[in-house]
Formats: sequence, C-alpha cells, structure tokens
Amino acid sequence: MSDAAENIIDVKDLVVRYGDRTVLDGITLSIKRGETFVILGGSGCGKSTLLRNLCGLMRPQGGSIVIGGRDFTAMSDTERVEARKRMGMCFQGSALFGSMTVGDNVALPLREHTKLEESTIDIMVKIKLELVGLSGFEDYMPSELSGGMKKRAGLARAMAMDPEVIFYDEPSAGLDPVVGAGLDMLIRKMQLTFGLTSVVVTHEMESVKLIADRVCMLDKGRVIGMGTLDELRALDHPFVRQFFDRRPDEEGGDSSQYYLSITGDMR
Amino acid sequence: MALTVTVFQRGDIRVVRVQGEVDLNSSPQLRAAILTGVGESTGIGVDLSDIQYMDSSGVATLVEGFKACTAKKLSFLLLSPSLPVMKVLKLARLDSLFRIEDTP
Repeated sequence: MSDAAENIIDVKDLVVRYGDRTVLDGITLSIKRGETFVILGGSGCGKSTLLRNLCGLMRPQGGSIVIGGRDFTAMSDTERVEARKRMGMCFQGSALFGSMTVGDNVALPLREHTKLEESTIDIMVKIKLELVGLSGFEDYMPSELSGGMKKRAGLARAMAMDPEVIFYDEPSAGLDPVVGAGLDMLIRKMQLTFGLTSVVVTHEMESVKLIADRVCMLDKGRVIGMGTLDELRALDHPFVRQFFDRRPDEEGGDSSQYYLSITGDMR
Repeated sequence: MALTVTVFQRGDIRVVRVQGEVDLNSSPQLRAAILTGVGESTGIGVDLSDIQYMDSSGVATLVEGFKACTAKKLSFLLLSPSLPVMKVLKLARLDSLFRIEDTP
C-alpha cells in the first residue's frame, strides 16, 4: 500500500495567520489511517489552531489539507459540511448545548444528518453514553454535570456519527488521573475496535505514553520533531529538551526589547 | 460498500442474510428487513457472517430486533457473526445479550 493510501490526512505547507501574526508557519505532516497521532507543544504554539484547521473549522491562508484524498482547503462550504460528517470533534470545553439534555446533545448530529428512526437513535445514544461511563445520564442537563462528566458527554457526542477520525482538544485536562486514564483507555479501545484515527492535542505526558502511536511537536508555529515518543525524546533540540525536562524559560532577557514592547514602539 | 439484504425461510426461522457494511446509511435497510418479518415466523435469524464493518447504528438495529421479538416471545438469533461484528458488540458490552449460533 502506498503512503498516500495509508494516510488519512496529508498537510502540506500550512500557513495560518491571525491578523499580522503568523501562528502556523509551513506545517507539513501526514497522519496514518487508524493511528493515534498526538500534537504536543508549549502554550500558544499553535496546537489548537492546527487542530481546528485539520477538522475544517477554519480556512488557512496557505497550503493544503488533504483528507480522505480530497483537499479540504479547496472545498465549498457545502462540501466541507459533508466531509465533516465523517469526523468528530471533542472540544476542550465540551461545547455542549446548555439548553438541551445530555441525550439530546448526543442525538443532535444523528437527528440532523441521518434518516435513522428515533428508536434507533435512542439506543445509539444510550450505547455512546455507556461507552463513556455516563449510562443513565441522558436526561440530565449539562449544568448538572461535573467538568469530567461534561468532557465525557462531549466525547459521546463526538462519537455519535461513528466517525473515521476524532479530534480531541486536551481531552484529559482538568480531569482526575482515574477519569483521565479511563478516557485514554477509551481512545485506545475505539482505535482497536473500529480502526478509528485519533488526533489528540494534549499536555499530559502520562496520556501521551498510553495513547500515542506517533507524536508531533510544535514550537512557534513550526514542526520541530515527529515520530514515536522515544524518537522525539532522543532529539537534540533545545525546546524538545526543555519540554521533556520540564524546565521553565530563563528569566531576564533583553531589557531594551522589553522597553520597546511596553512603550508600544515594537511591532 | 453497499449492503445486500436477502430474506428467506429456513424451517421455522426467517433468515435475514446481510452482506457488506452496516453503517448510518445502510442500517435502515437491515432494520426494515428485520422488523417487517417479526410475527411471520417463530423467530428471526440475522446472518452476519459476511459483514466487513458494523457501526453503532447496526448494533442499535439488532437491539431493536431483539426487543421486538422478545415482546412477542419469538426467538432472535445472530448467525455466525463475523469478527468486526463481534468486536463492536463486545465494545458495546452487548455480546452476551444475543443468542449466537452458527449458520446451518
């Protein structure tokens, strides 16, 4: 099988800017079908922006994102909506609709995008909630759930359409280690059962060890390393070393640069 | 891949044989084949030996068939489910719910 056939996502020379600020600067990477691909990096390095571009929530200023053989960046809005039906997104803040029950939140994509009978959808919702450990919570409102439960409900909704790819933005952030490990195991189990591809942005190294087939590390909007966790650890790059050694940035710096930044003369 | 559904009678059992992939688009076909046959025999057997992929809509459809048959005191069998089917049934923790038999 060729690499192109093995890859479910191919990103080439991706450039994203917010105003004058370049957030992603020529990102090139490939994600293989059925793997769990982790995006690592410091705060503000562009991880979440990359994720939002991969699942088509943003349009980049340059480059291409080929998913399932088609260039996402060249699609019309209608085509993008159609392509996104094969993807699930698990947002950092869960993004549940507060005015709907947990069950209705999970059922929403199925009601919107399929012709399934309500009785079938009802069973599917209960299966998804059972998978994430929220069996019996379908009639609860999101405001009645803890932070961890909201995350799991968000994951159940991301899985509603049995997608080929699920994108996770910090899935275990803010969860206790037991619940976090449970989510990691679920990501693994979904991969093994359905051959599901997972793209995960995370800071949690314990989680990375458990779920990652390959890891990509970003710094200042660029890919500075990609491979297995062991391959990444072996890299002799200052930021990679600092990240894995958990060393803070050096204090101090150039005082004249600092002066220019606070007086507004630096652009 | 599309789903092919064949229905035939084997003794007292109405057999629904499906081949291909059961997903969000094709599971209504399976649902119709199962539910329209409830009450026409002493039981329904769903032959899943040639299924390459089944998602949760397929699992939910089987649960609906099981429920409809149980309500009428009819038997509901899964016949020789393929490995992908067994995997998804196990993930949903429903593998022990169904009576599973080999395709005769």
